Amino acid sequence: MNAPSSQANSLKNQPDESGHFGAFGGRYVAETLMPLILDLEREYNAAKKDPAFRAEFDDLLEHFVGRPSPLYYAPRITAHYRDKAPAGKGPKIYFKREELNHTGAHKINNCVGQILLAMRMGKTRIIAETGAGQHGVATATVAARFGLPCTIFMGAKDVERQKPNVFRMKLLGAEVHPVTSGAETLKDAMNEALRDWVANVHDTFYIIGTAAGPHPYPELVRDFQSVIGKETREQIMKAESRLPDMLVAAVGGGSNAIGLFHPFLDDAQVAMVGIEAAGHGIESGQHAASLKGGKPGILHGNKTYLLQDEDGQITEAHSISAGLDYPGIGPEHSWLHESGRVEYVPITDKQALEAFQLCCELEGIIPALESSHALAALPELTQRLGEDQILVVNVSGRGDKDIFTVAEALGVEL
Amino acid sequence: MSQRLSAAFAKGRPALVTFVTAGDPTPDATASILDALVEGGADVIELGMPFTDPMADGPAIQRANLRSFAAGTKTADILAIATAFRARHPEVPLVLMGYANPMTIRGADWFAAECAKAGVDGVICVDIPPEEDRELGPALRAAGISPIRLATPTTDAARLPAVLDGSSGFLYYVSVAGITGQQQAALGSIEEAVSRLKAATDLPVAVGFGVRTPEQAAAIAKVASGVVVGSALVEIVGEHGADAAGPVRDATRALADAVHGARG
Repeated sequence: MNAPSSQANSLKNQPDESGHFGAFGGRYVAETLMPLILDLEREYNAAKKDPAFRAEFDDLLEHFVGRPSPLYYAPRITAHYRDKAPAGKGPKIYFKREELNHTGAHKINNCVGQILLAMRMGKTRIIAETGAGQHGVATATVAARFGLPCTIFMGAKDVERQKPNVFRMKLLGAEVHPVTSGAETLKDAMNEALRDWVANVHDTFYIIGTAAGPHPYPELVRDFQSVIGKETREQIMKAESRLPDMLVAAVGGGSNAIGLFHPFLDDAQVAMVGIEAAGHGIESGQHAASLKGGKPGILHGNKTYLLQDEDGQITEAHSISAGLDYPGIGPEHSWLHESGRVEYVPITDKQALEAFQLCCELEGIIPALESSHALAALPELTQRLGEDQILVVNVSGRGDKDIFTVAEALGVEL
Repeated sequence: MSQRLSAAFAKGRPALVTFVTAGDPTPDATASILDALVEGGADVIELGMPFTDPMADGPAIQRANLRSFAAGTKTADILAIATAFRARHPEVPLVLMGYANPMTIRGADWFAAECAKAGVDGVICVDIPPEEDRELGPALRAAGISPIRLATPTTDAARLPAVLDGSSGFLYYVSVAGITGQQQAALGSIEEAVSRLKAATDLPVAVGFGVRTPEQAAAIAKVASGVVVGSALVEIVGEHGADAAGPVRDATRALADAVHGARG
């Protein structure tokens, strides 16, 4: 979906032919899956060049998802931070409103693209993993729209914590398979989805929810999500006749962030900040910040930064945001981190909760806890930019799903 | 390539390859279980390296990994188990099987050197396909350790040369598209696959995944160079814990008799 840049040294030309982003990415899967991964790569490369595929994708994004999502100038958040900043500091803040998409988050962009690939490949069954249930709901939604049976793997603990989303998936016709192995959360759901896929290679398409996994998933998820950045570019040019000075997005696996960042990677004047979930703080050991608190390793098909011990055993992540509660990160982010093109900043549960409440009160928008991590970086980031500068935050999802978690954290009984 | 591995498949009869998880139920108890495999007649020992995220394994080996971690098993313990095994059994080939991250976290060269020091003959890494061989393969080959690859029902003729390139010891044919310890493939499809593989390589072809009983093992041994049994033995360890050596020896003996005598 993204034409490779003609610039020889463009940052947009990753991954290489073997699916590597510098030292990261790749295809670390069992032999049973290798031929499928290669098939998917061939099919995706053909689809990229097929105007009919592009047209159907665009049509669904417009009429089914409700795109383009608005780029909204947030006047009261802007004034709030301008007041707190030193004289002359405090940029204009815009929100990219991905939370207004059908199903309430950016996840649906990718699911639309992948289900079209599944149909193109003649697959007749869909599987996916989910943590909080947002990707599960988005996958169940497109599976219903295209009439394919769908099984969602979800950690048993998450099934218990996210009952409304479990019911949504069931209403949409999906089977929800509680995963009781390991810690019973997202990582274990992904293991179980991979096990199912290996056993059902002939008819099953695995819709991975973030820009991670074996090549070509990180590339194709990024490409499908790049609609976020492409729209932002057009919208800010229309509103301000110039590019933004800084982009900010939360990073779990990193699909909303890479979707916003990628179309701007070659614009050196645009700074980019990815926000990792620091849970109770990096020093507490209870966090989900793979870049700040992990090191490179191999898991779930790709080489990337991971939370792990000295033996390479994967450790449990923690974040108040279920969507960021994963011990890895997409490989392109690992590469952008090491190359220095994108800065990654940790934000704790507590900071995210404060930002969540502030956004509700000042802008009348209930953001997802994931997106609240991005908003929570504003106190610091707004001090760096002048009043005449522009900052765009990706509000990747809406927070209705999180009200129970927030109530509990605030000690409120519903 | 390892003399011990090639000798194991050159005894004029099919070989029994057995798998147990290192550190299950404890690092100390693994030695007696490995000895029981040898005493029962196993020709090749696969020692599983536990991993927190065993994507290719079914419930039996997943549980074995958890038991091993609960006993505090570390990579250093696994290498110590291998070293001690080699001292007790100078002639029995030993293969480490596991996942990429624990094998590469300290660098492939470190892992290959430790394997060589411990007397390990081969390494099976489930999630490093030929496309990513550079991650581990060159280091193993330089240290004289056989990288043993997996071929599966989805490995077609076009792909097979890549799978064979750089592999040695034996070729592990995964008889079903699936995870360990589940259903067995139809015998006809195994026979057809093995003859296709044997036409493409001089390496011995051992068949595994879903082989549980002496009868199943014997049927496969009629057509393959070797038969791999894992989950069925791991379940015995799960059931008997620290007292598993006796039952493991008995089960191994029944399997070995069936496999060794399969061709009359």
